Amino acid sequence: MSKIIPKELSAEVQEHVVDWLKRFPDDQKQSAVLGSLHAIQHEHGYLPVVQMDALAERLEMPAIAVYEVASFYSMFELEPVGKHTIAVCTNLSCILRGGEDVLNYIESKLNIKCGQSTADGKYYLKNEEECLAGCCGAPMMQVNHVYYENLTEAKVDEILDVLD
Amino acid sequence: MTDIVNDESQQDLVTLTIDGVEVKAPRNTMLIEVADQAGVSIPRFCYHKHLSVAANCRMCMVEVEKAPKPLPACATPVSEGMKVYTHSELALDAQKGTMEFLLINHPLDCPVCDQGGECELQDVAMGYGGDVSRFNERKRVVRDKNIGPLVSTDMTRCIHCTRCVRFGSEIAGVSELGATGRGEFMEIGTYVEKSLSSELSGNVIDLCPVGALNAKPSRMKARAWEMVEQSNISAHDSFGSNLIMHTLRNEVIRVVPEENAEVNETWISDRDRFSYEGMYSDNRLTQVMQKNDGEWQPSYWSDALHSIAQTLKQYDAEEIGFLVSPNQSNEEIYLTQKLARALEIKNIDHRVNQIDFEQQHADPAFPWLGQSIADVGKQDAILIIGSDLRSEQPMLAHKVRQANARGAKVFVVNPHYCKFHMPLSGHVVVKPQEWLAKIVGLLAELNNSSKHNVPSDLNMLLSTGKVDSDMAGIAKTLLNVEHSSVLIGNLMQLHYEYSSLRAISYWLSQLTESSFGYVSTASNSAGASLLGALPHRTVMSKTIDEPGMNYQQMIQSPRKVFVLLGLEPEWDCVLPTQTLKALQQAEVVIAINSFTTEGMREYCDWMLPIKCYAEAEGTKINMEGRWQSYFKVVDSDDEIKDGWKILRMLGAELELDGFDYVDIDDVRQEISQSLDNSFGFSNELPSLPKIEIKNWDEGIVFSTGAIPIYSIDSIVRNASSLKQAQDLDESVMMINSIDVEKHGLIEGKWVKVSQDEDSSIFKCVINNKIEPGTVYIPRGLPRSEKLGGVYAPVQLKNLSVA
Repeated sequence: MSKIIPKELSAEVQEHVVDWLKRFPDDQKQSAVLGSLHAIQHEHGYLPVVQMDALAERLEMPAIAVYEVASFYSMFELEPVGKHTIAVCTNLSCILRGGEDVLNYIESKLNIKCGQSTADGKYYLKNEEECLAGCCGAPMMQVNHVYYENLTEAKVDEILDVLD
Repeated sequence: MTDIVNDESQQDLVTLTIDGVEVKAPRNTMLIEVADQAGVSIPRFCYHKHLSVAANCRMCMVEVEKAPKPLPACATPVSEGMKVYTHSELALDAQKGTMEFLLINHPLDCPVCDQGGECELQDVAMGYGGDVSRFNERKRVVRDKNIGPLVSTDMTRCIHCTRCVRFGSEIAGVSELGATGRGEFMEIGTYVEKSLSSELSGNVIDLCPVGALNAKPSRMKARAWEMVEQSNISAHDSFGSNLIMHTLRNEVIRVVPEENAEVNETWISDRDRFSYEGMYSDNRLTQVMQKNDGEWQPSYWSDALHSIAQTLKQYDAEEIGFLVSPNQSNEEIYLTQKLARALEIKNIDHRVNQIDFEQQHADPAFPWLGQSIADVGKQDAILIIGSDLRSEQPMLAHKVRQANARGAKVFVVNPHYCKFHMPLSGHVVVKPQEWLAKIVGLLAELNNSSKHNVPSDLNMLLSTGKVDSDMAGIAKTLLNVEHSSVLIGNLMQLHYEYSSLRAISYWLSQLTESSFGYVSTASNSAGASLLGALPHRTVMSKTIDEPGMNYQQMIQSPRKVFVLLGLEPEWDCVLPTQTLKALQQAEVVIAINSFTTEGMREYCDWMLPIKCYAEAEGTKINMEGRWQSYFKVVDSDDEIKDGWKILRMLGAELELDGFDYVDIDDVRQEISQSLDNSFGFSNELPSLPKIEIKNWDEGIVFSTGAIPIYSIDSIVRNASSLKQAQDLDESVMMINSIDVEKHGLIEGKWVKVSQDEDSSIFKCVINNKIEPGTVYIPRGLPRSEKLGGVYAPVQLKNLSVA
């Protein structure tokens, strides 16, 4: 995990930034910050400070303003985390349908608590996740960017075990 | 009935009632502002009259008739017929509710909090808080941050009003503090550990309504109610910020701004806020000291004055030179020149940051800003030539930024790269050796399009002027806007072609109908000029037929006796090595100063201790010509004397007439009697120098550099917290990578920089913002004191093996 993070944005991230910038007026460059942060997180798995600094310079905004956005949204990780992100919904509909049991099962299966990553760096169990608007399929979870609904222990095994 | 009328929108007034009192106010003014002016108090935390409206603390809730819920007074514009109740049941209920919420997470540690006794939260809680908390759960705890040597943090106390955050982006122009995280996890901080870098950062201390941000150097030193407050003025720049000093047991504990809408509004620079620490430095001179056979010995005032009087009588008047710091008070400057002139000594100067005196007869009566400070904020375009404004004049830079925020275009033409905290419409960095040609080009461009003409003497020069595309935009803007200014700064005054640069800048202003202003650096440059600390002019700028020697002449053909008032020549003068050599050659050097330096102990024969800053009283004139008084706030040791008293005693010792003042008011009265209408507020330049554009060989490297912000005068240099905040590697020289290659230098390694026989060594650091053909060496520091002038050719030699 102690990989050295480059101070510059990669060519791929740059491309995303340019793409986002196209959608906003020239004097509103900071509007591209959310989309660009996604691109950085996609590349590094989290948001390293040096990369946020590079983005701040690219979008001509104060670095602290980028940190504010990054720390506000729960979809952004500020520290390195496991490769696969698991978010289990424990809001009303899911909890009524056993969402908490699903969460407990994953915690014991992976031997980690909410907010932790497995020692092998493979799985990351996100902190308490709020409603992801999948109530009709409760209990549900999101693994990386995909929704999985009507979960059972067997189904969870099936989903997590195939991840590499 | 109270009328709240602002000049700007007199026409559109609305009438409303606040707590039954009828009030008139301009439409769309925020309710809280109207209430404040009408004298109705509404509690608030996040609202500040000079910051944007955030409406996030919800403390200023008031009842407005026909509104279904209480409204925040800070974000509710007034309208016709509005009926407002600030203390109705609904309003009070809302205010008390907000207060209860704010106190949920605020620690009840007022007895150990530095803010206790002057805390807005504490005050408001007295009026609106409950006596018993209903909150039994655990309070939130927030880790403290280290944000540098000036501001201390106790972030658990923060109530998230965001005044400090808004101050950064709106006033300081440097966003460093922010609100990271969300909900219960929201914190005010810098996210990454870093020191605040803004030169105005200390203002967040005053803005913070609780004890979260406090002055680090004053931490736990006094309780608010124990201290005595006294007005004072800034001692460091010609802006003349108004200050209040808080003292306890004869010690200055802290400094805060005194509101003056025409000068510093509610802000001061960090330099003004923390420089008082300099008074308590170990380098203070506390005794009369005499050098006997190379050994320093304490002496008595009577002996010293007697001996100095003998010296001054013994030498020919031409052999004596007076160098006066432009930071001294009007009274000190007036008496110094009076004493010198009574002895027929003509060699007196305060312009130790100038080497080109050719056009001194054309100088204005005093270096005037050309407008009031408040007017700077109202300009539509400002052209700054030769100023590292943020460092030289942090508060004037704020005013320029204010104009910029209103839409003014700001242009800078500087001999090296300087950081600005606003978007510049044009930022031209030009080598010092090509500076003149560059602005001649601009004048040539203007001469073609302006309806005014330059004097015919300039036509020949302008025909050779080469116009760059980056200058053409400046010309166009200056011609087209209504209110524009051309401001020339300290960096120009240092230049060897000052007369020519100034003349061209002056004509730039004339062709564009702009006001022409000087941004003088020292706190009393204006007083020093007006009251005759000059070789060619006496009090009130009256010309002397046969002028004495100026600073440079006194140094180049060294005088036998030097009297230094408040000056540390190795750091304060533009030609450090030459000045030091002249002082070392002199037979007698007398320093009247508050501090000692290593150099001083070498070249001086007498050192007389003078009161410093808040220990003395006097008057100074700021850049807009405002005559301001400063006061004695603390006592000094008995041995340390007032400057005016030393000069009076010396005058009496010399048996000169007119030195029988009883107190400083007598001196002041004499000065005011000499005031007449012979000088006006005018920067008109009556004569032109012979302007020639010299061509330098491409291969020659010129030095550039400015005095770092916290090395600008002796008090600041001795202020420990500011020194920490400066965080400057004095050994670094910055240079473009092109030159590194060209001269065979190695990044991070030592380089010998020489100017004729003077040399010093610096670490080579690549910075491509430095123009090729120049090196940036910070001035006024121990390493650069070993070099000659700034803006002069240097030779570079690599000292390391690759």
